[in-house]
Amino acid sequence: MTKIVFIDYTGHETEVEATDGDSVMETALNNNIDGVVAECGGACACATCHVFVDDAFHTLTGEPDDMEDSMLDLATDRTERSRLSCQIQVRPELDGLRVTTPKFQG
Amino acid sequence: MPGAETKSVTIVGAGQAGLQVVLSLRRRGFSGRITLLGDENHLPYQRPPLSKAFLKGELEERRLYFKPATFYPDQGIDLHRSASVTRIDRSKRVVVTGNGREFGYDRLVLATGATPLRIPLPGSNRDGVCVLRGIDDAMALREFLLRDGRLVVVGGGYIGLEVASAARQLGRDVSVIERLPRVMSRVTSPVVSDFYLDLHRRHGVDIRLGETITGILGDDRVIGVRLGSGAELAATTVLVGVGVQPNQQIAAEAGLRCDNGILVDDGLRTSDPSIYAAGDCARRVFPDGHTLRLESVHGARDHGERIAANLAGDAVVPDDPPWFWSDQYDVKLQTAGLSTGFAELQVRGDPGTGHFSVLYFLNQELTAVDAVNDPSTFMAVKQLLKKQIRVTANEVRDPKLELKALLPATTQRKATQ
Repeated sequence: MTKIVFIDYTGHETEVEATDGDSVMETALNNNIDGVVAECGGACACATCHVFVDDAFHTLTGEPDDMEDSMLDLATDRTERSRLSCQIQVRPELDGLRVTTPKFQG
Repeated sequence: MPGAETKSVTIVGAGQAGLQVVLSLRRRGFSGRITLLGDENHLPYQRPPLSKAFLKGELEERRLYFKPATFYPDQGIDLHRSASVTRIDRSKRVVVTGNGREFGYDRLVLATGATPLRIPLPGSNRDGVCVLRGIDDAMALREFLLRDGRLVVVGGGYIGLEVASAARQLGRDVSVIERLPRVMSRVTSPVVSDFYLDLHRRHGVDIRLGETITGILGDDRVIGVRLGSGAELAATTVLVGVGVQPNQQIAAEAGLRCDNGILVDDGLRTSDPSIYAAGDCARRVFPDGHTLRLESVHGARDHGERIAANLAGDAVVPDDPPWFWSDQYDVKLQTAGLSTGFAELQVRGDPGTGHFSVLYFLNQELTAVDAVNDPSTFMAVKQLLKKQIRVTANEVRDPKLELKALLPATTQRKATQ
């Protein structure tokens, strides 16, 4: 099990146990994290699972590929820490991962 | 807060639409009783991967579930699986399942989905002749696809072509038989149809246009199909993907108005104000008289959210343009808006590169987009439609103009809270 901390836009933190191999998006839905909508269910088709990855994990989670990068193009308040959480796979090295959900998705 | 008189909501159908009603009701603070009746034995699950990653064996069943099993008792949702509703008794305000069990309601939501059409031919029930709607269908189809053999797909629509793509990726030989002169003709323009025809042919799919199936060959098990032209094709598996019919029988038998779908108003109410319908089974009647029945995740979610808002006594949810996606090979199609009846189209980009979009216009105004491996254009048009920003064909004729430049600098987004 890998711990992930979701932080909502007000700063409220929720720590959850994630299953390795699941995406960060699936982890959010399975734990009722409201800040992730995930309309398409993880197909990288809707950009409603936008999160900001904590600086300390930026290198481990990596950069978005071209498709994800374009999907994020119009995301609200996009920063260089922006990722679609359906495209980040949970693995042991990500233990303690902290991601912040935006106020608005889509 | 929820209307005081609504103490219990019963939902028939635990697919995308039914589940959305549940999620939205609880998120909006509805604290009454929620009963969710699903006719399958699985936890409520998402269907899109059934013709994609799940079919290829890349996604375990657990990952199809919207929520883990603990969610339902934790949220006070009375989930019943394998509960197939056969009758609505409007005078008693109960629904009745096949084994005689009754569930009462103050408000009822019909989210009964749709059933794949079968081809009316002798032999269409032979072993190896499949349709694809649920997990069980997908597992049966995968079982066949993992063996050596030939797949014949009847129908060149989304389901047929996604399955053809998955089957090619699993190494199967595939033929697609399409009655009309182009693939995906119900949902897109010839430009996009031609691109997908070429894509599949390049991946080795034998696509036959303007061709029909006149017979299914074999004894217990399918061994082939006979075509309208008289030719015979060997097949170990036949996937029939020729569309669906809405599941409206219990509604019609209860006297609710139906016409190729359960008819609902802007609030998704049927002709009985205590009963709503959502998702594939619902046909929305707009104030101007036109009607629309969608078969999509977006439609199901949108209906579910609207019904929950209505039941919870919240403000009306603004209209969101329909959108859809399809994954075939390494190509992602994303559509927004409805291109039906378009008067003009513009192609942005070169289909030969594998990245392009088609914009559709009616009365000079942008109404829809089909984006092929072009998410930027998709996202921009989706936002323009959502914000009801009027865009004319002339305004965007310049291929160098970026569509997102037409959006206001700060745009209102979907609240997550």
